[in-house]
Amino acid sequence: MNRRDFTQTLGVGAAGLFLPKIPALARTVTAEELLEPGLDVAVKKRLADAGLHAATAKGATYADVRIGRYLNQYVMTREDKVQNIINTESFGVGVRVIANGCWGFAAIGDTQSEEEVARTAEKAVAFAKAHSRLMKKPVQLAPQKGFGEVSWKTKVEKNSFEVPVKEKVDLLLSANAAAMQNGANFVNNVLFMINEQKYFASTDGSYIDQDVHRIWPNFTVTAVDKASGLIATRDSLSAPMGRSYDYLQTAPPDRLTGVTTRYNQGYDMLEDATAAAKQARMKLKAKSVEAGKWDLVLDPSHIYLTIHESVGHATELDRVLGYEANLAGTSFATIDKWKSKNFNYGSKEVNFFADKTQPGSLGDVGWDDEGVKTKKWDIIKDGILVNYQAIRDQVHMLGETESQGCCYADSWSTVQFQRMANISLAPGKERLTVDEMIKDVKKGIYIIGDGSYSIDQQRYNFQFGGQLFYEIKDGQIVGMLRDVAYQSNTQEFWNSCVKVCDERDYRLGGTFFDGKGQPAQINSVSHGSSTARFNGVNVLNTGRKI
Amino acid sequence: MAIISQAEAKKILDKVLSFSKADEMSVSLSGGRTSNIRYALNSVSSGGEADNMSLLITAGIGKRMGSATINQFDDKAIERTVRRAEEIARLAPENSEYMPMVGPQNYLETPMYSENTARMDSEYRAQVAFDSVDACEQKNLSAAGFMQDTTGFSAIANSKGLFGYNKATSVDFSVTVRTADATGSGYVTRDFNDISKLKTRSVTGIAMQKALASTNARALEPGKYTVILEPTAMSTLLQSMMSGMDTRLADEGRSFLSKKGGGTRLGEKLLDERVTIYSDPMNLEAPSEPFASEGRNRTGSFLGGGGVGDGRPQEKLTWFEKGVVKNMSYSRFWADQKGVKATPPPTGFIMAGGDQSLADLIKSTDKGILVTRLWYVRMVDPKTLLQTGLTRDGTFYIENGQIKFPIKNFRFNESAVIVLNNVEALGAPIRVGGNLIPPVKARDFTFTSLSDAV
Repeated sequence: MNRRDFTQTLGVGAAGLFLPKIPALARTVTAEELLEPGLDVAVKKRLADAGLHAATAKGATYADVRIGRYLNQYVMTREDKVQNIINTESFGVGVRVIANGCWGFAAIGDTQSEEEVARTAEKAVAFAKAHSRLMKKPVQLAPQKGFGEVSWKTKVEKNSFEVPVKEKVDLLLSANAAAMQNGANFVNNVLFMINEQKYFASTDGSYIDQDVHRIWPNFTVTAVDKASGLIATRDSLSAPMGRSYDYLQTAPPDRLTGVTTRYNQGYDMLEDATAAAKQARMKLKAKSVEAGKWDLVLDPSHIYLTIHESVGHATELDRVLGYEANLAGTSFATIDKWKSKNFNYGSKEVNFFADKTQPGSLGDVGWDDEGVKTKKWDIIKDGILVNYQAIRDQVHMLGETESQGCCYADSWSTVQFQRMANISLAPGKERLTVDEMIKDVKKGIYIIGDGSYSIDQQRYNFQFGGQLFYEIKDGQIVGMLRDVAYQSNTQEFWNSCVKVCDERDYRLGGTFFDGKGQPAQINSVSHGSSTARFNGVNVLNTGRKI
Repeated sequence: MAIISQAEAKKILDKVLSFSKADEMSVSLSGGRTSNIRYALNSVSSGGEADNMSLLITAGIGKRMGSATINQFDDKAIERTVRRAEEIARLAPENSEYMPMVGPQNYLETPMYSENTARMDSEYRAQVAFDSVDACEQKNLSAAGFMQDTTGFSAIANSKGLFGYNKATSVDFSVTVRTADATGSGYVTRDFNDISKLKTRSVTGIAMQKALASTNARALEPGKYTVILEPTAMSTLLQSMMSGMDTRLADEGRSFLSKKGGGTRLGEKLLDERVTIYSDPMNLEAPSEPFASEGRNRTGSFLGGGGVGDGRPQEKLTWFEKGVVKNMSYSRFWADQKGVKATPPPTGFIMAGGDQSLADLIKSTDKGILVTRLWYVRMVDPKTLLQTGLTRDGTFYIENGQIKFPIKNFRFNESAVIVLNNVEALGAPIRVGGNLIPPVKARDFTFTSLSDAV
């Protein structure tokens, strides 16, 4: 059987080739089952009401019920082989309550029984009461009006799950072939597709039905020079998006040409894999960077991660207050700095906003996981820290009465808590292209794509790598560098920002796997920016021999 | 609670196999309960429990494979899932790396289960957290901690007569203690199979002591220093090294075990001769899974329905002996290609140490830095195992055999291979994350910048 026949067969509905690693509490299903509509909203409402009534009957002063159906498809290939195709479905009900002033949570999988949901609610109340002996102050929840029966859906032009698996496998194997033909020794490719069908109901009187889609095409190309023992990799320049399969349909404006092609609202995997293979080969011969101070020009495909780590996490109020101290850490951006109204988080060029409504972003939803309507707000204005990200049980600590709507749980089986909203760097106000920005740089490095990343537990000292490093000399790109990483601390770095390109260059980056909490949960979040310049940043050489 | 006996598990697995029409079929069944309590600012912040049991069925037809899972156990549901796995196998492409399933194996009965842990309830859990919080409150310190316990089992079988069963419990506890003015922070973590070994009040005392001693930290210049990496810190560096023991990756030139010009570094002396690392599922202090595990680890959840590997038994095996690469792991396909035994990767590891205590290591140090914990450790270069990260929650300067003063945290850029080449002394191993790891004193550890974070 030739490859085309394999993939045609796959298109009928393959799942779980080889031994899959299945997400917790999910079950493998056929591809067709990903298209089944799931429970009728009236059934969900009955189940939710059973939970809400049971919780309040047992003494809960607040309760919410989340009924979640989480659908995933992963298509994984390596060179000319399909490594794995996994379709999973996870369905269940999570109930969160406040009783004796304390949170309690319990969850149950795969049920459509009102009695079982009611028992789960009672269990959550029992947990809250058992743990309340350790509660110092009762939970103070910001008031929230009920929205009645409402719904929200990601704008989907082409549903990923309606596309035959054959078509996806063909695309991935074609990209792999392109990489191999252009100098790669190895290539791994993964296409992640996610659909979260979430129903939320609370004692506030909300019944919210949401249908969230996300996609991430992602590869790693490896080039090996056995003689020297060197290896070089280049990851895809795609961004995970709050979109569906339409992200893989590229129109001319989606490509930004330059030293390499970068992508905006559409992504061309074949073109990027071809470039990646050539660039991985070039990296093997690139000049090893000289450590020292360099001006950095950072592409949105790179800087989103610096934003995520140094601004996104630092301004989560739960961290600022100490609730994440045991794992994720606290934050240098303490309340006194915010209260001072003059803390220079960055230079005057630096404006950050949070936005849970940005179309195409990973965090784009209508309501958060505690029934709050999503919105946009400022975090840093003209370089000054002006606000945090907070949820219903925290906003009173900021003297506010309304949550910002950034509560999220990664499953029906996990409790919702404060997670990062899309945090983005606003484009510069003056017209400025990337080429114009580079023209002014005497000794600099233009970094594209994300690499290794690490930041301390108060989000201060950090180190970032990247995918592509181009040396800038007297306003010109003169060649490629390798072994590059830069170190700085958050405040110094953002205060060294001297220019940000205008909105024509604004693009989203992001991650599917933002981790936080105990037990650990993941969160999908986007970060937008235009290319930005930072002067005099400390660059180190990461080359080693063992 | 979703934990069943060996006999009950075998009955379910035999039933699954009786429905099979495939050339080959393997089944894994796992289940259990995972519970937790979390606290911060000396107050409980969340807690809960979940339990589940799940069956994963894999059908092999020719060189095609298909899998399906289910968490219902009536005959109809099981048969429907068997048919689904077979249908998926028929639709799948042939796998050129397909390996026939293995026959019956001898599995060790590892000492991973404790009835004390299995019996734990939410009142006990609340008391464990209270003991930690109360100790801190009495000293005007702030505690943020987490405890998770699991009780579960896994069982495997296939149509070639293989059967294995294992039940296990685990408890993981950690706490970060901070001073009221937020200028000092200390950390401790412990994990056991048996909850009765966990004494949170006394263990929290270690983190309290570090928090109080770490206030008013001074800045030292970044550079190369002799370090004493406590087991919690050393564990982080070792994890990456031990998860990179795969031969195929090395043969492909992509690993720290790749030889320049091709091949692997098996048999080469790569580390200091005092370094011996082995795995032993029967170790009483840190036992591990009897069969190669893919679906979970000892400290993870039993709830996933993930597979439990391909049935290869785990046994005592030395990976590094006196610094020499003694064994590497192979997938069954790669072992077949190379004509060698298909050694699975370890599910736990033990690094041999000495008899010296941490205090002894400090006493024997002229100038050096004591590191409690490493944080946000990320690979910078997999070929050299160069990693970056930071110290955290208790970093101290040592001079003339004594801790002189707390120092600000450092960022490091270093490779575990280099650290284990520069060994000065090893202490007595303790259990961290299911592994046994000694404190390691090593020279020339590279710190590249300072962090003001507390």
